[in-house]
Amino acid sequence: MKLKAGVIGLGKMGLSHAAIVSPHPNVDLVAVCDTSSIVLDAFRKFSKVNVYTDYVKMIDSEKLDLVVISTPTRFHYKMVKYALEKGIHTFCEKPFSLTTLEGQELEILAAQKNLINQVGYHNHFIGTFRELKRLLKESVLGDLVHFTGEAYGPVVTKEKGGTWRSDPVEGGGCLFDYASHVINLIQEIIGVPVKASGSQLKKIYSKDVEDTVYSILTLQSGLTGVLSVNWSDETYRKMSTSLTVFGKKGKIICDATEIKIYLKEANPAEKLEKGWTIKYITDFAIPVNFYLRGEEYSAQIDNFVDCILKNRQTEINSFRQAVLTDKVIEILIADSKN
Amino acid sequence: MKMDKVLFGDNQFFAVNHLSDEKSREQAIRFKDDAAIIRVLDQAIDLGINTFMCTTHDRIANICDHMRANPSRYKDFNIFPCMPYAHKYANAVTDLGIIGAVRQYVPGNIFSTFTKGGFAFLQKDFIGLMEIFIDAEMKMFKGINTPVIFIQNVIVDMILGLNMLEVFKEYDAYIRKKFNAEPGYITMNMPLLLDSLNSVGIENPIICSSINKIGFRMSGGREIYEKYLTEKTLRPIAMQVLAAGALRPKEAIEYLGKFPKIESVLFGASSKSHIQETKEMIEANL
Repeated sequence: MKLKAGVIGLGKMGLSHAAIVSPHPNVDLVAVCDTSSIVLDAFRKFSKVNVYTDYVKMIDSEKLDLVVISTPTRFHYKMVKYALEKGIHTFCEKPFSLTTLEGQELEILAAQKNLINQVGYHNHFIGTFRELKRLLKESVLGDLVHFTGEAYGPVVTKEKGGTWRSDPVEGGGCLFDYASHVINLIQEIIGVPVKASGSQLKKIYSKDVEDTVYSILTLQSGLTGVLSVNWSDETYRKMSTSLTVFGKKGKIICDATEIKIYLKEANPAEKLEKGWTIKYITDFAIPVNFYLRGEEYSAQIDNFVDCILKNRQTEINSFRQAVLTDKVIEILIADSKN
Repeated sequence: MKMDKVLFGDNQFFAVNHLSDEKSREQAIRFKDDAAIIRVLDQAIDLGINTFMCTTHDRIANICDHMRANPSRYKDFNIFPCMPYAHKYANAVTDLGIIGAVRQYVPGNIFSTFTKGGFAFLQKDFIGLMEIFIDAEMKMFKGINTPVIFIQNVIVDMILGLNMLEVFKEYDAYIRKKFNAEPGYITMNMPLLLDSLNSVGIENPIICSSINKIGFRMSGGREIYEKYLTEKTLRPIAMQVLAAGALRPKEAIEYLGKFPKIESVLFGASSKSHIQETKEMIEANL
């Protein structure tokens, strides 16, 4: 028996999720939901899935095992809540919620109902970032001194536009869209930020939302580092995310394609030489059955489905972890207003 | 039409490097001027390369202008366009939404483009919309030989994943009818794509996919790719043969020699010696 799936929200991420869920060997994509007529008409015309404009109707009419929610952030709360109440395993796009109160409520509800819950922080399914996490756990850098988390890309490079991403009330802006990824990486790989200082949310081309996010983050451990994110940087062809970690024994620079390790002394246990070692994604890519835009997008859905089939909660990107990220976003916004 | 064994790619010109963002940046600096691209293309032509397989990047339009201005130099030269240049649209969709992106990229005034009732009508006429997009992307190649026209993997694999296979059928027919060219498909999911194309009556398609010894970007694993390359009917083009640099050229290209069906190899390089070396290796093994 295949699991029955629905997708709510057919923007760029939703279409991509639908295209990945549909060919999954253990899943049948049975329904999609959106408000855009052009996208729904395409599904009506070319595919066999049932089409809805109302997610409540979709959930009530279809007997879904799982749902993927990829709508603007402000809709997440009511949609995730409804799905959970109906006993449906839920994958939700990032950022998870606009307020941590709402996020925590959903986290508790999912736990009470014993439903698998996951959020789309897909960088954790990129092999290089996993390797960085492992190396830090093995303390190859010794005591940590500093970190830098960065993301740059060309989303808003002109003074115009007007989707939900340019509306702060809907969860738009560089902080929610781009910086959330970096914050979540820092939180899961280096440590949970508990304080932000000197935070600057700057507008470059957008009228109502920030295009850059700069801040100094303090982690639970007391370690501090820099967050530097800019979605109006056209020197990048696409979103480019990286972490640099500096420790007493050396430093590591990691992005989606390579991990560069510099050690003051060799680490025989890890077969790392003194000086630079460079490793590539080809050594760490997670094998997938279907590829669209990157292994990580399929691997995260594979993980979600696997957790449902085995009835075990995900260790990666649970609602709980996503709420932690939302909390840091709140801290950062509060600091920027000081 | 038989394709050349060696197809010269364009990733190196447009800062696409699957291994290193830093190398990407170096490439962006080196190929800042169109003249630098043309210089490398000319070297490739002098080494006997006759086909340039490239995305419909804005800057390719300038290269096409240069070719039209020098007809004697380029009259036998082929371009295999690969459409669309996806990042252009993807960034626009993030910024403007799907409708906004359509409005931005449909050429000219939308009301004059869509005579039958304007934009609203076209929202329902997907095939009409697809044809308008193809025409817009193909405009830059006017007067240039384009015997094979590809759709990029992001679009192919999206349509494939959504199982909207009729779209392939329409694309296939339109490319043959309008451009008198062979349709081609770039994919990261070759076995599934071939089965799907066959299921809507598209036989022996030109499919460009990753083919390399370590199974990099070969979805479903190397074994099923090898089975399809040996047993099925298709015209394969191998790309990412060096697995983004993880393999040495010699072992990578010797591996391709095991599959006589492979018709062409797509590769990009920036230096004359590198182009020559790779070309000779491909011709010796294929």
